[in-house]
Amino acid sequence: MMAAELLRPFEFEFFRNGLIVATMAGALCGLVGVYVVLKGMSYIGHGLSHAIFGGFAASTLLGINFLLGAGAWGVASALMINGVTRRRVIRSDAAIGVITTASFALGLALFAFFDGEGGSFDAALFGSILGVGTQDVIAIAVVSVLASTLVFLRYRALLFTTFDPEVAEVSGVNTARMDALLMLVLAGSILATMKILGVTLIAAALVIPPAVARMLTTSFSRMLWMSSLIGACCGFVGMNLSYHLDVQSGPTIVLVAATLFAVVFMGTGPLVRGRRNGLRPAHAR
Amino acid sequence: MSGGPLVALHGVTCRYASEDVLVDVDVAVGAGQFVGVVGPSGSGKTTLLRAVAGSMQPLRGTVTRRGGLRIAYVPQVETIDWSFPVTVAQCVLMARVHGRRWPWPSTAERAAVSEILARLDIEHLSDRHIRELSGGQQQRVFIARAMLGEPDLLLLDEPTSGVDVRLRHEILHLLDDLNARGLAILLTTHDLNGIAAHLPHVVCLNRTVLGAGRPVDVLTPDILERTYGASMQVLEHGGMPVVVDSFSHRHAAASHKHAHEHTHEHADRGLT
Repeated sequence: MMAAELLRPFEFEFFRNGLIVATMAGALCGLVGVYVVLKGMSYIGHGLSHAIFGGFAASTLLGINFLLGAGAWGVASALMINGVTRRRVIRSDAAIGVITTASFALGLALFAFFDGEGGSFDAALFGSILGVGTQDVIAIAVVSVLASTLVFLRYRALLFTTFDPEVAEVSGVNTARMDALLMLVLAGSILATMKILGVTLIAAALVIPPAVARMLTTSFSRMLWMSSLIGACCGFVGMNLSYHLDVQSGPTIVLVAATLFAVVFMGTGPLVRGRRNGLRPAHAR
Repeated sequence: MSGGPLVALHGVTCRYASEDVLVDVDVAVGAGQFVGVVGPSGSGKTTLLRAVAGSMQPLRGTVTRRGGLRIAYVPQVETIDWSFPVTVAQCVLMARVHGRRWPWPSTAERAAVSEILARLDIEHLSDRHIRELSGGQQQRVFIARAMLGEPDLLLLDEPTSGVDVRLRHEILHLLDDLNARGLAILLTTHDLNGIAAHLPHVVCLNRTVLGAGRPVDVLTPDILERTYGASMQVLEHGGMPVVVDSFSHRHAAASHKHAHEHTHEHADRGLT
């Protein structure tokens, strides 16, 4: 029976844990990703996840708790990237490339040098359902609550800073603090989701759901919840596929999201959208 | 008017990286004044606005603002991300960033937004995405956002750059109207004839103030040459100065002559 086959993995606790984490990871990345995409920080998200891999390697090999070790590393990288992008000595994308890729390389070197490659190495790179425990469920729940609380309570300041930082600053918003808060939430989200999504694939979970949501709405508040919902759905479906296809969870979640993107992209092409919203197809500005 | 200017800059020097963008600048804006700052690109016009607004701290000198002064800022439309997902009403509501804590607006906030949109004749557009508007409507949205904060002083950075003549008139009339109701305005512009000559007070800036006063006193060949580093002629039309760029004048004459020779060539060839 087809249904029985689909429901079978739910008998296993590791799968239920993995599914909860994947769904929450998708929602969390979808929410945080809205700011990442609209602020043009996609590359920062991509880089930061790679940077955190260095902290992951160091803490694994030193036997420190991964969340603490990689967490401290991630926060340090996030603040460093934030600092470098605010000063304009060299172009920010180059600066990010230097900091994050060096950190990623350090992680790879540490694993190779101490011969520590194995399950946790693969999981950190590509995501895995195995080894997702209660601690991970708690970690992602805590970060999700923090991120949602921040978005809810600082909604207006974050929106203003994201849309128009210069005028926000003149209007008395501490944009530097808002940027730093966003970086910290981003680092926390990457940390909490890297085991299930894998550092090399997190960027897609941050970017695709908001991009899909943006194609479906022109309202910021709607984009926030739509992106979270889309991320959650992709996490849920991707995790199930991962089990049935016996492929790592990171790739399946990303591929589900990418497929959805392609479908929505074709369904909301300039002509379709123009007819529905009364928009001119190519409004040049 | 309760004495003293709204904002005054004394000997202000501002620096980016290691370059002084403004040097020893003195500028004051009084209540109800309408002031235009003119100068070439890179002359520090935007920096001056930032110093007035307080988002740029001067390296030297002082900026004094009247106690409780409310300043609103209208950025250059070129700096706006028009694909950003906000509607007109959502965009205008941003001015209430220090309003209540909840993301959604209160009934009073909603009413205030409607009222300001109605005042600027764009109330019917409140649920439209910002990209679906004409250039003039887009400019009005950002003026509406600034006005929602009930400012005493409105700062505008190049409000007429890249707009056509009709829209320039529209914006100028709107600002004139707001000014007539008591709002002080400080704007930057590179448009000498279209904007600056129509304003009651003009400041010529090129890193430092080279002249300030009525257009007829300030827009002179001498001050303009020092401001733009190029010689310009100033004619008078209906009591207003009209600035003529001598280079383009010569250039136009040259191309006219060229065209003339060109026709002759054709004529010669036709004969052979």
